[in-house]
Amino acid sequence: MYDYLWLIPLLPLIGALINGLLGKRFIKSEKAIGGIATGFMLLSFLLSCKYFFQMLGSEAKVFEQSIGSWISVGQLQVNWEFLLDPLSALMIMVVTGVGTLIHLYSIGYMHGEVGFYRYFSYLNLFCFAMLMLVLGGNALVMFIGWEGVGLCSYLLIGYYMEKKSAGDAAKKAFVVNRVGDFGFLLGLLTLFWTLGSEHGVWTLNFVKISENAHLLGTGSIVVTVITLCFFLGATGKSAQLPLYTWLPDAMEGPTPVSALIHAATMVTAGVYMIGRMSGLFAMAPTTMMVIAIIGAATAVFAATIGFAQNDIKRVLAYSTVSQLGYMFLAMGVGAFTGGIFHLMTHAFFKACLFLGSGSVIHGMHHGYHHAHLDDDAQDMRNMGGLRKKMPITFWTFMLATLAISGFPLLSGFFSKDEILWWTFASTHGSWMLWVAGFLAAGMTAFYMFRAVSMTFFGEQRTDARAKDHIPESPWMITLPLVILAGLAVVGGLVGIPEVLGGSNAIHHYFQPVFGQASETYHIAIKEAFEGNHGLEWALMISSVLIGFTGIGLALFMYIKRPDLPGKFTAKFSGLHKAVFNKWYVDELYDFLFVNPTKRCGLFLWKGFDVCIVDGVVNGVGRVTTLVSSGLRYTQTGMTQHYAMWMVIGVVMMVGFYIFG
Amino acid sequence: MVSIDQYLVLSAILFSIGTFGVLTRKNAIVIFMCIELMLNAVNLTFIALSNHLGNMDGQVFVFFIMTVAAAEAAVGLALIIAFYRNRDSIAVDDFNLLKW
Repeated sequence: MYDYLWLIPLLPLIGALINGLLGKRFIKSEKAIGGIATGFMLLSFLLSCKYFFQMLGSEAKVFEQSIGSWISVGQLQVNWEFLLDPLSALMIMVVTGVGTLIHLYSIGYMHGEVGFYRYFSYLNLFCFAMLMLVLGGNALVMFIGWEGVGLCSYLLIGYYMEKKSAGDAAKKAFVVNRVGDFGFLLGLLTLFWTLGSEHGVWTLNFVKISENAHLLGTGSIVVTVITLCFFLGATGKSAQLPLYTWLPDAMEGPTPVSALIHAATMVTAGVYMIGRMSGLFAMAPTTMMVIAIIGAATAVFAATIGFAQNDIKRVLAYSTVSQLGYMFLAMGVGAFTGGIFHLMTHAFFKACLFLGSGSVIHGMHHGYHHAHLDDDAQDMRNMGGLRKKMPITFWTFMLATLAISGFPLLSGFFSKDEILWWTFASTHGSWMLWVAGFLAAGMTAFYMFRAVSMTFFGEQRTDARAKDHIPESPWMITLPLVILAGLAVVGGLVGIPEVLGGSNAIHHYFQPVFGQASETYHIAIKEAFEGNHGLEWALMISSVLIGFTGIGLALFMYIKRPDLPGKFTAKFSGLHKAVFNKWYVDELYDFLFVNPTKRCGLFLWKGFDVCIVDGVVNGVGRVTTLVSSGLRYTQTGMTQHYAMWMVIGVVMMVGFYIFG
Repeated sequence: MVSIDQYLVLSAILFSIGTFGVLTRKNAIVIFMCIELMLNAVNLTFIALSNHLGNMDGQVFVFFIMTVAAAEAAVGLALIIAFYRNRDSIAVDDFNLLKW
């Protein structure tokens, strides 16, 4: 049926190999390299579409495909297998669709860059890894993709190799991810071992895990430990507290990279993983609570930092962390559908926002280049009034910002409200979490409109020599913006809740994936609230109101009375300093982890490797020299002395023979 | 009759004297004479034991030893002459170039 499922990840891999191996010397034209990369992604997207619609039309919703055996050692039997079900079908659509658009965008954005072929090779490689992750039929194939996206993230963040800050950011991303991967691996191993040794089910296959998870015992310590370990992996990959510090630094990479990896795909891997193993997580209410709390905390925490950033990409980075917090909040209260729904809408509007900021930066660079200045093209304090200069960018950015702020009827509104409803009313939710989500929604609206106001409205603060040379971007950049903005507007219509007269199509779509676990473990809207349309309306209206409050406040403070922010900062300078410096979390981690590790490494190098290991090796040499310098005096050159030694030897031998 | 012990002890004494001479004397010719003394001590041992055990093998072996001794003396004296031509001395103390 879905016979060429394996082709979906493979096509980008082929593109990566072609560009990587042949790109530098043989295919030098930019159009060809970009065309190859985008072409393979487009093929992958078309195939994903075909299978998606095929699945919509068919009865059977779960399809497994095994290519061959990979590991076969005793009880560990792992195959190269892929799993297609509603969840992975949606994910491959998002990954390949948004991916193709970003590839197209990159051809325009990365024009003239030195390592053009390298960029596209890595980008295709990333898509291969991400597709392996979402299509993986067992935890190890998923782990290949998991590690692969981390690797490609490192390669792409450090794309501008000559900049030290880029290299540092890449290393930071990889190391922090690694801490998470450690958790993932622990969870995987514990799961395999416990299911196997205690229940005789030796498997890492997702379908079999879902079938047999109940053997581990609902709410048992084992299940809690396993799921917490997996969640640790998710916090690393999806930048939640405490492992989020790499994401803002990752903005050192090119903007399309930020859009693809750090907005739409890689960072959503953690959310996807929880969705994929929802059967397991549903059994551990403690973990679900931890996930919800951390998600809510991250959402609020990151939003506060977004208030004070001046670099447009940093604002979007913290926004991503915050929105991911929403997704985890959703997964934690049992709104698996809501979480994945928000993942999809977020992919649309956040990618649009990042690409839009890229378009702005591209224009600013053009202006500064023209005027031979090297001011920071990403600093919003250098922008302003750009809506007349870059109309398409402005309108798409505006639509995406409205979407993220939860403006009614746009995509973000539906997904966010689904999450907030479940947070309040689900059996695993609580009103306190709802308050956090509610506040974060308001804060999101505020800082996003702050960004829009500082960038597109008001006086143009750009240096006079450059301000008239900021053009709208070429079609390869603006077309993806338009498409993504369109999706950000209509993407929510698949999830219109019943209270508004819709059929909540997406909930029914995910029924085969999440339905059973939710039923078995009683994850649903509390009976008291079920069907309480009045309450739903109330929550919806309050979140819309706080969204409007945020928007209004931002527009007021940054367009009407631009002197206000300055006064505010001066009055609360301590608080502002703390928020601007990201609450000093990086400094805290440096103190707690990074510096001790560095000192440990220094000790192991200077103290252990140089002194002890080299000492031993050199010492052997020195001892040999010493002994030999003592022994050489036996070689006197006089034959009689040698003859004497021979006699002594013979006497000793005879003595041993007679007396020994 | 003189017992076998006395022959063997005599032979041992002669051998020791010879060894002592080889290890101690400076003159190369004297060292060679001491070597001859050691060989002859061994000859005596062989003869005594041959008589004691009633086996002719010992006496035959003595012939071999005497032949070897003769040949060795010839070669050895040639060596000493070569040494003398190089170093104007036959004191073995002087031949110590291979020292540390």
